[in-house]
Amino acid sequence: VENVRLLDRLSSRKAVLGTLYLTATHVIFVENGSETRKETWVLHSQISSIEKQATTATGCPLLIRCKNFQVIQLVIPQERDCHDVYISLIRLARPVKYEELYCFSFNPKLDKEEREQGWKLVDLTEEYNRMGVPNNYWQICDVNRDYGVCDSYPTEVYVPKSATAHIIVGSSKFRSRRRFPALSYYCKDNNASICRSSQPLSGFSARCLEDEQMLQAIRKANPGSNFIYVVDTRPKLNAMANRAAGKGYENEDNYSNIKFQFIGIENIHVMRNSLQKMLEVCELKSPSMSDFLWGLENSGWLKHIKAIMDAGIFIAKAVAEEGVSVLVHCSDGWDRTAQVCSVASLLLDPYYRTMKGLMVLIEKDWVSFGHKFNHRYGNLDGDPKEISPVIDQFIECVWQLMEQFPCAFEFNERFLIHIQHHIYSCQFGHFLCNSQKERRELKIQERTYSLWAQLWKNRANYLNPLYRSDHGQTQGTLHPQIAPCNFLYKFWSGMYNRFEKGLHPRQSVTDYLMAVKEETQQLEEELEVLGERLANLQKSQLGDNKVQSKQQDRSKQLRLSTSNNSLANTPQEYSNDLKSFPSWSPSQGDEEDSALILTQDNLKSSDPDLSANSDQESGVEDLSCRSPSGGGCLPSEDSGKDSDEAVFLAG
Amino acid sequence: MLRSGQPLPGPNRRRCREDEALLGAVLDQGERGFVIDTRSAQAAKQARMSGGGTEPKSSYPHWRRLHRPLERGRPLQESFVRLVEACADPSLSMDRWLGRLESSRWLSHVKAALSTACLAAQCLDREGAKVLVHGAEGTDTTLLVTALAQVILDPACRTLVGFQGLLQREWIEAGHPFHLRCARSAYSHARLKQEAPLFLLFLDCVWQLSRQFPFSLEFGEHLLLTLFDNAYASAYGTFLCNNEKERSLCKVKESTHSLWAWLSQPEEQHKFLNPLYSPNALVIWPSVEPQSIQLWQGLFLRWIRPSQHLDEAWAEIQQLVQEN
Repeated sequence: VENVRLLDRLSSRKAVLGTLYLTATHVIFVENGSETRKETWVLHSQISSIEKQATTATGCPLLIRCKNFQVIQLVIPQERDCHDVYISLIRLARPVKYEELYCFSFNPKLDKEEREQGWKLVDLTEEYNRMGVPNNYWQICDVNRDYGVCDSYPTEVYVPKSATAHIIVGSSKFRSRRRFPALSYYCKDNNASICRSSQPLSGFSARCLEDEQMLQAIRKANPGSNFIYVVDTRPKLNAMANRAAGKGYENEDNYSNIKFQFIGIENIHVMRNSLQKMLEVCELKSPSMSDFLWGLENSGWLKHIKAIMDAGIFIAKAVAEEGVSVLVHCSDGWDRTAQVCSVASLLLDPYYRTMKGLMVLIEKDWVSFGHKFNHRYGNLDGDPKEISPVIDQFIECVWQLMEQFPCAFEFNERFLIHIQHHIYSCQFGHFLCNSQKERRELKIQERTYSLWAQLWKNRANYLNPLYRSDHGQTQGTLHPQIAPCNFLYKFWSGMYNRFEKGLHPRQSVTDYLMAVKEETQQLEEELEVLGERLANLQKSQLGDNKVQSKQQDRSKQLRLSTSNNSLANTPQEYSNDLKSFPSWSPSQGDEEDSALILTQDNLKSSDPDLSANSDQESGVEDLSCRSPSGGGCLPSEDSGKDSDEAVFLAG
Repeated sequence: MLRSGQPLPGPNRRRCREDEALLGAVLDQGERGFVIDTRSAQAAKQARMSGGGTEPKSSYPHWRRLHRPLERGRPLQESFVRLVEACADPSLSMDRWLGRLESSRWLSHVKAALSTACLAAQCLDREGAKVLVHGAEGTDTTLLVTALAQVILDPACRTLVGFQGLLQREWIEAGHPFHLRCARSAYSHARLKQEAPLFLLFLDCVWQLSRQFPFSLEFGEHLLLTLFDNAYASAYGTFLCNNEKERSLCKVKESTHSLWAWLSQPEEQHKFLNPLYSPNALVIWPSVEPQSIQLWQGLFLRWIRPSQHLDEAWAEIQQLVQEN
């Protein structure tokens, strides 16, 4: 469709004219104008909702809201065309078959072996071994090898040594969805463990010997303690209500040596509504401070984040300080349980704070343990009541921790944002379906590519320059402040206002420090080489000049030209009185965002064309950072980092 | 950019030829200027009844008046007190924290101050127009706006030395009554009438700028905290008294040491520098959207929140830059 206008959210005056394309996998908006041809790409999988607004004099507005919080506002001149686009997008954004998803057509041009290697990057058996199992207390259990016991669990789970197959099967029959207690994390220092399950089908008075034996087995697997905690992450009222439906929670009288604890985290419906309300606040036009803070509070979002974090802290404390094992469950054991177990693991074990470690953690507690990615994130068109930002909340917990402990994580914010993006993008096969079983049936690993391999390949972009593995913060357990601590939870504008560049600090400290670090390293290497050369020269008069000059050239290119940190940016609309001002909103969508969603087909250059926006008015100076040629000046503007995303998605 | 106190037409709408001539002389032929009045239109009108007022259009035809009400005086002090209380309240649950933060209105004041300063800066930089800023007395919100606008506009004011010069010029010599305004701070029960944290509000705004432009200020948070401390209680005479006349009468220069002298000693100065600083010759336009304005934790939670991990992070940053 031609002559479509793309509006800017903050400044309705600033609109760009272009052409809208719909393909099998993307919506693409290409700006008119011979030089720029800036493109905005949106994957259909990312589309959360489409709203057709009332036709005005200028045309028919169409609002596309994405799962990665991008909001695209288009104005289509003809109502008829707008309607066509609307209907098409509705269909395209709601695939009914997996084969329609992008991951089955995405082709990063890797050969079969590379694809396989990619999937092998994260190996859970290796991870359990690293934790220290199997050992005297824990064994691998293959009773579920054909998914016969629990179809949402993986084929291999770890259980206490004293849990026989009979006990496991018996326990599984007494647990919602057959999700029996299994090992999530083992602390080899003190043998305490975190196990996870779903709620018992206890009703008001039902008992199950095998289930009670299962919990005893968990207790026995930790000789250092004579009881275990059983943590129900639901609010007490909800858990009690479940009893009327024949489910419920563990009765301390029936299960010997357990201490039972409720830690109330609300359910998926509450969370879905909470996010919705928060996004509405984000969409307010020119909100006052009051509108924003009240809106944020009313959404309850940060309160929920804190609840998840508090649960993780409780469990981490039980394991690390008290040396007591914990069994965690919610209702079905695949939402809140996953959140809480992963947060606790992150606090306990510094390995999970590395890049590889986080990938492993997600693979273990979310992917392998049957978190319902399809239902929760809408791979396919399904029940809207199943949709909920469960993993988004976990990812935000990680970010909140990164803000409190800036030196403790190997990765940076961009890593988290990209992971979140790809949970919804369906570009890679990881986050499809609802269980390991379904993924194997669809032969995901043979037909799609691994996200972890892709992220790993580009790990240089995801590093935290402040991380040092020998640093105090990176060792051992993290202890977030418990109280008072409300102020520690901040609104994550990097995620929820991700595409509004004008809102963020204009200069990326992370990128700058990474470049500094890199340059220091280069200089040190150069120094070494020069030192050797000097030594050689002193030995003989025949110095080899060729190598040295190459080194020098390279270092000249990378020399931090800090003068390039200066940037022009534009004023926001501070006033309506000064109508004469050509106030361009700082929040233009840059091509960097379309670069994020670039497929490798569309890659014109490894760097998106930033020179288009380098005039003073639009506020972004020409910065090319990290082009594969290794040269370029320093990124001092937020957009700079996103040029890496183009490379990243190139495959 | 000019600053002054309010004009005094009074209830009888007096005129003053000299004042009109002065303002007329500022403008070039055919040029227009802006008057930014930091009181609401209504407050400015009411001021007329007690002898003050605004510049009437008829007498100052080439000046266009804009009202940007900024809080001052008792209400601002109350806002400060409420914020400090909210931060220190251990019983506050998460689902009430933001509401308490909001009802202190402190962040709204920060937003308003930044917006007004940006407006002044825009007039100068984008419109190329001259600006006159005044409130009532010309000693509080006026100085907030003019000083902040200069930090936004002028890279020289963002250097350590330049910033000190700005403070000396726009706050101390311009006659901000430090002695009255920075008397007891937030915990005192004596609610003094003249007390108001305008200077703190200014420092908070500067901190917001440093957060949004981490490379553009030569100094860091430590300097801002030190200035805050010294405005209230100091071993140095820099912030004493209410104006130059009083300082002269009290012989401040002869009997005390200057804070600036201490700060500029090499062994002290490096503590206040921003390791990420890289001179930015351009104007820095902050975003004043609510998401961009954050609570200055380093000040308001200074004694409540352990800063160890953040200090370590800064030490890392310092080291990375130094190694290079």
